Amino acid sequence: MSILVDKNTRLLVQGITGKSGGFHAKSCMDYGTNVVAGVTPGRGGETFESKVPVYDTVMEARAQTGCNATMIFVPPPGAADSILEAIDAGIELVVCITEGIPVIDMMRVKAALQKSSSRLIGPNCPGIITPGACKIGIMPGYIHNPGKVGVVSRSGTLTYEAVWQLSSRGHGQSTCVGIGGDPINGTSHLDVVKMFNDDPNTEAFIMIGEIGGSAEEEAAEWIGKNCKKPVAGFIAGATAPPGRRMGHAGAIVSGGQGTAQGKIEALQAAGIEVAATPADMADALLRRMKRG
Amino acid sequence: MNIHEYQAKELLDKYGVANSSGGVASTPEEAERIATSLSGKNLVVKAQVHAGGRGKGSFKNGFKGGVHLCKTPAEALDLASKMLGQTLVTHQTGADGRLVRKVLIAESVEIEKELYIAILIDRATSAPVVVASTEGGMDIEAVAEKTPEKIHHIAIDPLLGLQPYQSRKLAKLLGIPATLLKPACALFENLYRLFIACDCSMVEVNPLVITKSGDIRALDAKFNFDDNALFRHPDILAYRDTAEEDPREVEASKSNLNYIGLDGNIACLVNGAGLAMATMDIIKHCGGEPANFLDVGGGANEQQVTEAFKILISDKKVKAILVNIFGGIMKCDIIAQGIINASKAVSLPIPLVVRLEGTNVDAGRKLLAESGLELTTATDIADAAKKVVAAAA
Repeated sequence: MSILVDKNTRLLVQGITGKSGGFHAKSCMDYGTNVVAGVTPGRGGETFESKVPVYDTVMEARAQTGCNATMIFVPPPGAADSILEAIDAGIELVVCITEGIPVIDMMRVKAALQKSSSRLIGPNCPGIITPGACKIGIMPGYIHNPGKVGVVSRSGTLTYEAVWQLSSRGHGQSTCVGIGGDPINGTSHLDVVKMFNDDPNTEAFIMIGEIGGSAEEEAAEWIGKNCKKPVAGFIAGATAPPGRRMGHAGAIVSGGQGTAQGKIEALQAAGIEVAATPADMADALLRRMKRG
Repeated sequence: MNIHEYQAKELLDKYGVANSSGGVASTPEEAERIATSLSGKNLVVKAQVHAGGRGKGSFKNGFKGGVHLCKTPAEALDLASKMLGQTLVTHQTGADGRLVRKVLIAESVEIEKELYIAILIDRATSAPVVVASTEGGMDIEAVAEKTPEKIHHIAIDPLLGLQPYQSRKLAKLLGIPATLLKPACALFENLYRLFIACDCSMVEVNPLVITKSGDIRALDAKFNFDDNALFRHPDILAYRDTAEEDPREVEASKSNLNYIGLDGNIACLVNGAGLAMATMDIIKHCGGEPANFLDVGGGANEQQVTEAFKILISDKKVKAILVNIFGGIMKCDIIAQGIINASKAVSLPIPLVVRLEGTNVDAGRKLLAESGLELTTATDIADAAKKVVAAAA
């Protein structure tokens, strides 16, 4: 068991003939992900790695292959349209890796998403992995081990850091979800927290956040009231100057809102063990698990 | 990206948002001509720099104040000649100040009432929201703190946009008299049109004024643009004034590097925004001060890494460098080669601590080990932070 993706996931890759789309489609296949189709408009009829059929539209890919998840590598000007196309075709899980989508485009995508049954992970995210079963995204597969700790994060490399710490301490992962660093995304910390809480194979989890917005506070409040599992957290950006966008479009403290201090206090108030430094994420969870 | 006041005025004009008449001048004579075209009106001459606090600032030539009222073209010419080509120091510029290349000459209106209106993207609802208050001309955060009941929010459906009834509602909430209802609604609708058309992340009009002569006008407007959308706005991108930016950041942006200058003495080069922030945090936690935020991203090549290194070394405050890489898309050998190339191009005068993990880590470590470069390796992020703080001390 795991959340969102497993052995039954049949993956489509939108932008499969592009440089990074192709590179990461291949690395997902090498990991064991069942990549069943690709889409690049105008390249329909080709095959990728001499076995994956390429289609012009998601509609065709869905009809021909029964794909139930998609990984999007389309560049920013067309990425929002690609998400909408996947939603329209009824793809259950849409994972958008693309960084740099205009926020107004995402605002419209979000409105369309709310009327659909699709779930969007990202954009501007590393993707999602259930170790040993399915990898959709750009994370280095080899640092992961199957296990019972969930990880949810806005940052790619900080997720790798947490996974690395867990794996080196003998703790595998149930599912790791990178929800992305943009101000408007498809899946929030809280959405993933609820899934981890309901997943029988996830015994504990780490929630990694950063400055900007209030998604971590909302998740923390829910955890404080409803979550029965041990949770550790980390918030990046305590030293970030206010008003500056720290790499991620969503990582900005504005008008005194979204500070690291405020988030850390909200996490602590919810009984979450907060890691003092990024080196302490796995150990913080182990401390929390010991406390029971 | 920030823009100048006169550029903000150009945008307001383009979208029909009523504001004060005037123009921008690069020479005193131009200032005089603009003042002549506004004849008979009270005028204001304003130095154009990005920093706030211009009115209370002073020039290095001894002239006081970057904002002055006057009446005649001759006075405008005199004021402009005292500001143009001079360096203005305000509480936001630092001691170096900013060179004034342009001045704005505008009509100075007599204010009856000052109001506040802003449009921004509300992350919680993933939709635009209009924020309005009767307490214009003040620090809106202070108003929100002390008298939250005076701040009004109107949520906009992103698919519908600002509707006429919402504009009328706004006008009522702001106490705008019936005689000004139509021009006020037109101003709100044009401002919303501008917000969407220009991919703003925020537009703030403070103050929005009702004049003694019975007009409604946007007297000062601040814009924030969505950097992700600038690719489709070459006109707005052309507003960028690199003379107003940190030269380290200008240099970094040429190589498409995500760099933000800070005041500390430990430089860092990291991949991924989250890890880059967390690296700054752990440096501080260990008693050091980060000199910068630098995310080389996932797709950086050797050339970019080399450029990044040059920028870090060029900062004279920097006493040590920390490279912290967890390779995902980024391959550790690319980073290693970039470090080696950079140290060939510029000698490395300060200690370097390197922590590599992730994709192609063995190849990266091998490259560094065989390069003969003098550097300290670290086993993990905590070890790296301790070592670099010790090296900088």
